[in-house]
Amino acid sequence: MDVYLPIANLSVNGLYIVLLGGLTGILSGLFGVGGGFLTTPLLIFYGIPPTVAAASAATQVTGASVSGVLAHSRRKGVDYRMGAVLVAGGMIGALIGAGLFSLLQSLGQIDVVISILYVVLLGSIGSLMMREAVNALRPGLLGKRGAQVKKRRHHPLVASLPYRWRFYASGLYISPLAPMILGMLVGILTMLMGVGGGFLLVPAMLYILGMSGNVVVGTSLFQILFVTMVTTMTHALTTKAVDLVLAALLLLGSVLGAQFGTQIALKARPEYLRLALATLVLLIALRMLYGLGVQPDEIYTVVPL
Amino acid sequence: MKGAAWLAALPVAVAALALVPSPARAQNEPLLVPAVSQSRIEVRQGFTGARLLLYGAVMDPGGARATGNYDIVVVLKGPTEAVRIREKERIAGIWANAGSSDFRSAPAFFAVASSRPIRQIVDERTAAIYELGTDFIQLSPSGAIDPAEQARYAQGLVELRKRQGLYQENPGGVTIAENVLYQARIDLPSNVTTGRYTAETFAVSRGRVLASATARIEVVKAGLEGQVVTASQRWSFFYGLGAIALSLGMGWLAGRLFARG
Repeated sequence: MDVYLPIANLSVNGLYIVLLGGLTGILSGLFGVGGGFLTTPLLIFYGIPPTVAAASAATQVTGASVSGVLAHSRRKGVDYRMGAVLVAGGMIGALIGAGLFSLLQSLGQIDVVISILYVVLLGSIGSLMMREAVNALRPGLLGKRGAQVKKRRHHPLVASLPYRWRFYASGLYISPLAPMILGMLVGILTMLMGVGGGFLLVPAMLYILGMSGNVVVGTSLFQILFVTMVTTMTHALTTKAVDLVLAALLLLGSVLGAQFGTQIALKARPEYLRLALATLVLLIALRMLYGLGVQPDEIYTVVPL
Repeated sequence: MKGAAWLAALPVAVAALALVPSPARAQNEPLLVPAVSQSRIEVRQGFTGARLLLYGAVMDPGGARATGNYDIVVVLKGPTEAVRIREKERIAGIWANAGSSDFRSAPAFFAVASSRPIRQIVDERTAAIYELGTDFIQLSPSGAIDPAEQARYAQGLVELRKRQGLYQENPGGVTIAENVLYQARIDLPSNVTTGRYTAETFAVSRGRVLASATARIEVVKAGLEGQVVTASQRWSFFYGLGAIALSLGMGWLAGRLFARG
């Protein structure tokens, strides 16, 4: 099924794109990650220009998150107050990210910075999650340490921040500055990497903020939903790289996938889910590291002046 | 087919043209009558590329048929644009962009088809003058870099675009029938840039370009695809809103459908 993408300016197999969207949709429903960290590299690998891939992936992540947010809010899995604070930070971050993006683009270093960010962030978060998941699955071997991890609610730095608010759904009494800064950092990454930032947000909510586990995924999706909407608009206005046809195909797959993902997430053991996500994140980090070190297929790149 | 009908009518048209030789034309210069299968290529949904047929006839001004042995070279050139070529280098174990060079007129598409390999038809100087080959594209480098380095960047650009199917060389891509009718096929890939293309046809004999003719081809985005591109450029804000509405709508719809099921 050949489909011509008007903005990407090439013809692709529509079925592949729908399947790719479906895969990321399942991930988003399962883990509360947008799936952008998978969509963007795979689209680039398929031959779609990097900017178009990042911009259209952001649009797709919006769709995947909306069905995810709906599914989670039905079972009261969204802390709207926490979400609003995260979104406020995320919007500031998206604007900072847009400035960084055009600066790096003019220097010609945007691609390598994106790759390094992927390797560093996915690598460190993947390892962290992997360790936690393995610890959780083997309580007999590491019983003492496992108990220690459970005791600590949130990071000592978070506790030291002023102006505390109550976040009832998350079971927290912390300063809103902590989620605000977190949201801002994730917003910068959304703009730079074309990712929702859930892979960063979910572990940060669990291990730094110490949010209650049952609202983490829903709230993360809530933040991603709004930040990707802002990102889509920023791309539409500045890079003009949002491909509606590409986004529609990705959406078709991902909104359906997200529903399956949410249903699996309710049945499966969270430890196994975290292990699976950690493995996936590490694999992508390794693939990116390999790409940085090995001589690329194309030494030369062309940009219009 | 339209092309076939044209070919059938060709001898009549050519004979008519041959009856009125242009007075400005020198005695032994042949006459070139070119045609293109499509003067407008529409890029719309399902576009996977297009095959362009460039055909025509070579005639002696006096007689109905050319007496000499001619070679035909067809050059199809897309719109030119100013580009910057970046070169990756290994820096501290990582492949990153290092140097760059600017070119003022890189064609978005460039294809040469000829009846024999170019080297057997003309010498290098003539090939360079008429841009008969991807090595001879006039890229107009700008900025002060030494020529050897500039040549390396130009080579890099040409090789890259050749792999993308945007620059092509097809020796033997032109067939000449009965020393009169020639035809060339040039395939445009689906990633072509839209704009005005020019098809130049050269009749060459004994190393000299004896006649040339130009045809224009318009490549445009049409239908829904054309509207999407126009909207994204002119009404960016509403285009962005549309994209957001589409994603929200589809997500919401899927959520509703599944909630009921």
